Amino acid sequence: MDRHGSIHHQLRRRHVVKALLRDRGKSLVVAGLGAAAWDVTAAGDVSLNFPLWGAMGGAVPVGLGLALAQPARRVLVITGDGEMLMGLGSLATVAVERPVNLVIVVLDNECYGETGMQPTHTADGVDLSAIAASAGIPISETIRDDDALQSALPRIHRIDGPAFFNIKVRSENLPLVLPPKNGAYLKDRFRLALLGSDATNR
Amino acid sequence: MTESQVQPWADHIFQVLTDYKVRQVAYVPDAGHARLIQMCRESGQLITVPLTTEEEGVALICGAWLGGHKGVLLMQSSGVGNCINMLTLPRVCQIPLLMLVTMRGDWGEFNPWQIPMGQIAEKALSLAGVLTFYVHDLCGVKDAAEAAARMAFEGSAQTAVLLSQRILGAKTFGR
Repeated sequence: MDRHGSIHHQLRRRHVVKALLRDRGKSLVVAGLGAAAWDVTAAGDVSLNFPLWGAMGGAVPVGLGLALAQPARRVLVITGDGEMLMGLGSLATVAVERPVNLVIVVLDNECYGETGMQPTHTADGVDLSAIAASAGIPISETIRDDDALQSALPRIHRIDGPAFFNIKVRSENLPLVLPPKNGAYLKDRFRLALLGSDATNR
Repeated sequence: MTESQVQPWADHIFQVLTDYKVRQVAYVPDAGHARLIQMCRESGQLITVPLTTEEEGVALICGAWLGGHKGVLLMQSSGVGNCINMLTLPRVCQIPLLMLVTMRGDWGEFNPWQIPMGQIAEKALSLAGVLTFYVHDLCGVKDAAEAAARMAFEGSAQTAVLLSQRILGAKTFGR
């Protein structure tokens, strides 16, 4: 077992996220803390991204509350394996609520990238898509190569969810591409872009 | 006794939720909240979300707010400790959060395992930056819920109403 992250995986996280967000249309994006937030920002720092700088374990429930409030919009949660592991219960909550517009994408590099590349449980075989499927999320897959990614991309943007895609990505330290750090600003610009003047009334 | 005589505060709180046009109600069940949860589930106007842990609800309400929905989080005092780190999110982002907490371990508690968290629930919330409204008698519930809702939804604050066991009645397991 490789104890230092998955250097053997083919897919590169920035390429995956760029490909995923190229056709995002009007999708709303919640990014989990750490590398996933940097990846999303590297693909474009736009108002309809909500990148987290903390609140570990919160990406999926933030996405769920958003998806329930905005049933006409697709909500993409893009997060890492460490962040997902801290909030596994939220997958059960998603399965119970069954929002058709929610898609969860985990960039699984099998390590905690921000803290020194220590292995996460997925390095030892914990299978996130099996957990999501067992929780009752109707579509749940693991993606390991570019062919599978290319076949998944259009589905991520169109299928009725909730859906969960665990994408195995290479463990790598990449240049930081940081989103704005001010949470109130991130929230206000998101709501203004989504809700227009309604956002500022209250 | 009728249901409204058993948990009459539920009507007061439900009215506040209606007045403020709350749309999402997230909860980990508690006996003290049973009637309010039932009212919310049966209203047809509210999205009710049962959680696996209370911190999920903090994040969920923040997501709801991003999407234009007001939310409220119901829990027992033992759930307060589960929320602490996640409270960073509404604090830093200045997102309205209204928590309604039914207390254990504060008045006539028989279960020693409920006492530690019950005794520090309000202090823990305060340390985390949540404004607390501790209610010890029935006639104070509506005013506290109204004040907490206003400071959350109009003041962009994080607020919690704590309902004492003195109101709820201490659980005895029939003894």
